Amino acid sequence: MTQTYQEPLVTSHHASAPVIEMLDISITFGNVHALDQVSLRLYPGEVHALMGENGAGKSTLIKALTGVYSIDAGTITVGGQRHEFHSPSAAQAAGISTVYQEINLVPNLTVAENMLLGREPRRFGGIHVREMNRRAQQTLRALGLDIDPASVLGEHPIAVQQLVAIARAVDVDARVLILDEPTSSLDGDEVEKLFDVLRRLRADGVAIVFVSHFLDQIYEIADRMTILRNGTLIEERMVADTPRLELVQLMIGRELEELDRLGRGSGSVPDPSRVPVLEVVGLSRKGALEATDLSLYDGEVVGVAGLLGSGRTELARLLFGADSADHGEIAIRSTRRRLRSPRHAIDRKLAFTSEDRKAEGIVGDLTVADNMLLALQASRGWLRPIPQSVRTRLVQQYMEALNIRPADPQALMRNLSGGNQQKVLLARWLITDPHVLILDEPTRGIDIGAKAQIQSLVAELASKGMSVVFISAELEEVLRLSHRMVVMRDRRKIAELSNDDVRVGDLLRIIATEATDVEQEGSSDD
Amino acid sequence: MSTTVAESVTLWERVRTYSPPSRFLPVIVTFAVFLGMFGVGGVRYEGFAHPQVFLHVLHDNAFLIVLAVGLTFVILTGGIDLSVGSVVAMSTVIAAKTLELGWPPALAMLTVLIAGTLLGTIMGLLIHYLDIQPFIATLAGLFLARGITYLISVRSIPITDETFREIAYASIPLPGGHYTTWLVVVALSTVLIAAYVLARTRFGRTVYAIGGSESSAMLMGLRVALVKVGVYAISGFCAALGGLLFALYLLSGYSLHAVGMELEAIAAVVIGGTLLTGGRGYVVGSMIGVLVYGTIQTFINFDGTLSSWWTRIAIGVLLLVFVVIQRVATRGPR
Repeated sequence: MTQTYQEPLVTSHHASAPVIEMLDISITFGNVHALDQVSLRLYPGEVHALMGENGAGKSTLIKALTGVYSIDAGTITVGGQRHEFHSPSAAQAAGISTVYQEINLVPNLTVAENMLLGREPRRFGGIHVREMNRRAQQTLRALGLDIDPASVLGEHPIAVQQLVAIARAVDVDARVLILDEPTSSLDGDEVEKLFDVLRRLRADGVAIVFVSHFLDQIYEIADRMTILRNGTLIEERMVADTPRLELVQLMIGRELEELDRLGRGSGSVPDPSRVPVLEVVGLSRKGALEATDLSLYDGEVVGVAGLLGSGRTELARLLFGADSADHGEIAIRSTRRRLRSPRHAIDRKLAFTSEDRKAEGIVGDLTVADNMLLALQASRGWLRPIPQSVRTRLVQQYMEALNIRPADPQALMRNLSGGNQQKVLLARWLITDPHVLILDEPTRGIDIGAKAQIQSLVAELASKGMSVVFISAELEEVLRLSHRMVVMRDRRKIAELSNDDVRVGDLLRIIATEATDVEQEGSSDD
Repeated sequence: MSTTVAESVTLWERVRTYSPPSRFLPVIVTFAVFLGMFGVGGVRYEGFAHPQVFLHVLHDNAFLIVLAVGLTFVILTGGIDLSVGSVVAMSTVIAAKTLELGWPPALAMLTVLIAGTLLGTIMGLLIHYLDIQPFIATLAGLFLARGITYLISVRSIPITDETFREIAYASIPLPGGHYTTWLVVVALSTVLIAAYVLARTRFGRTVYAIGGSESSAMLMGLRVALVKVGVYAISGFCAALGGLLFALYLLSGYSLHAVGMELEAIAAVVIGGTLLTGGRGYVVGSMIGVLVYGTIQTFINFDGTLSSWWTRIAIGVLLLVFVVIQRVATRGPR
């Protein structure tokens, strides 16, 4: 593959030599190539976006640069000199600072202390508090921030804490600032504030690596980008020369025509005379989902499409009451309900499998049978045990129906393959006889055979009258199964369409269009 | 920085509108309770509000203050040290035994302090490098120190050394005809030094940082290992110093001294406003916590009709109230 390099966009800057050059970096974990000959160039005074879907290798690349992982092959050049960092503090000493999504500061100390901890100005052997506050104030002012350095960090909102984290990184005299998903928990105004700071830093000649799933933000702030997929370098591009649609294609890795030939489902238009089994109006939660309407009807599969971070998981969690909504109404069979916890949702015949199977799904040290009966037992209450005969019958029935291997109810859950674990989780909820089944990435990381089985099971359940919400990063899968589709982007529902002759390419176009364009295409709620 | 704003506001205006930062609130509440108790005592019992009574409370609880100071360091990092009571007993016995053997008093004191610090350091190393729960590691330390005490002597050894007796009986005159003792001087000095270390040194600020978030402290490049082991060494040292004060107070070394004293010290620290989860609290608060404890005892002494068990009941109630106050205070604004 030839790698196309272009000259940096920022012409006003004298420096034409990259401050950092990573060349042909390879990292393997076991026999998995996490990174395969990936290169990255950073110039002073640019915002460089690192793009790619989950598992593309973005964070591995960052960790290779900051010394968290050691590289197997390739070279790292910093300011013209070869370097390899063996610890984050070594990278920091060379002027490379990282601000993570989770804020790595101490909430119980003051803003100034958080900025200068470990290198406080001292006088007579003790910390010179006034001087420390003055220096912190100076740095904050230079970034255009009005934060009292003597205030306690934990009393500020997350967004301000994030800015303080950046201020700390900058105060170390950073030449390179890496921001790993800094905006994922910020709202619009807060993001603007952050971008103001980034623009100032860029003008000062700092090279900024920016990782975000929000395309709008990339187009707003970034100058250049490096696109990764499956641990390989796809391309380095100028942001201004790359239309959104092309970017999404590069990230997902298919040509549009090829995708257009793929699967087609059968459409359905909600019948306004029918009563929706679940209807939400204006459902929202700060930092997770903007006001969203959605109606689900018996016997249909509603697919949710969108890139990572588009709000698809957040929607599912709000529907199930796993997170509580700030605003919005939920009606089940046209009766208004409040879903304060998953327990309420289960009582109302809702079911939800999380995308994080290991952490939020299986109980690895229990048997398959126990795992299957958990939800039913929970909904009955712990004081009414399920009779042994019923247990055996149910477990047997679902093990056969879902073809779970090994066919041993007493096998330990953690010893099953991912696909079979997923089937057990499905069985767990099917046993409770739900009316609405919310599946978040039910086929992620499982083998082809199990995937096909789960897909056909979903179709079958819908044909028997169940309402299924199907969330998947794989657009083909969403298209094949869904009657209706909801497209999410930037924590908003941007379109809802019936699956009549919709192709993957169409979905991609919707995902990639400018927010303003979508308004005209409109959604067809009712 | 300009002072135009300060000039336009009168002093009274500033005093009137001053509201202390919420992090000082628990200490202020404790101090108010302490003052309130002295006030009530002064009204109910003749002579209670006399300054010398207060100085006696300090003298009677000097060892506990030192113990609580050391423990505050540990608790601020989110840890716990259960061994301090046993280390006090061990210290009294080591001091009494070495003096009995004719060691010079200075050497006996040094031995005590080294033994306590060493035990604390070992527990700190285990806790940090082997990632053993502080509760378990220091519980082992509790048994170990108490065991060593029995090994040295099972009987009570009186301290007859002249130097020790002089220090114990010496009274330092204060203005107004009052007097105090070396025990109080040592205890207050410990509080002052500890307060300075916690507030104004990198070591001290790192203690708070670890209590706030240990992983963040690590990623910020702070010397987490040194500080984490350090706080247990400091706690061990303070326990040994507290043990010396206890030996001076009772002029004896005995393996059954200070049984359960670690719990009294923990109670004092918590009443003083330090969060058991770490990151919040002040040694001055811990000292006031001890004084509250001491005042309750004085109360009961003055009353004469109350059983001394009321001390325990009062402390139990206070502890509960303070934990609830802290819970509400920390959950409040957010």
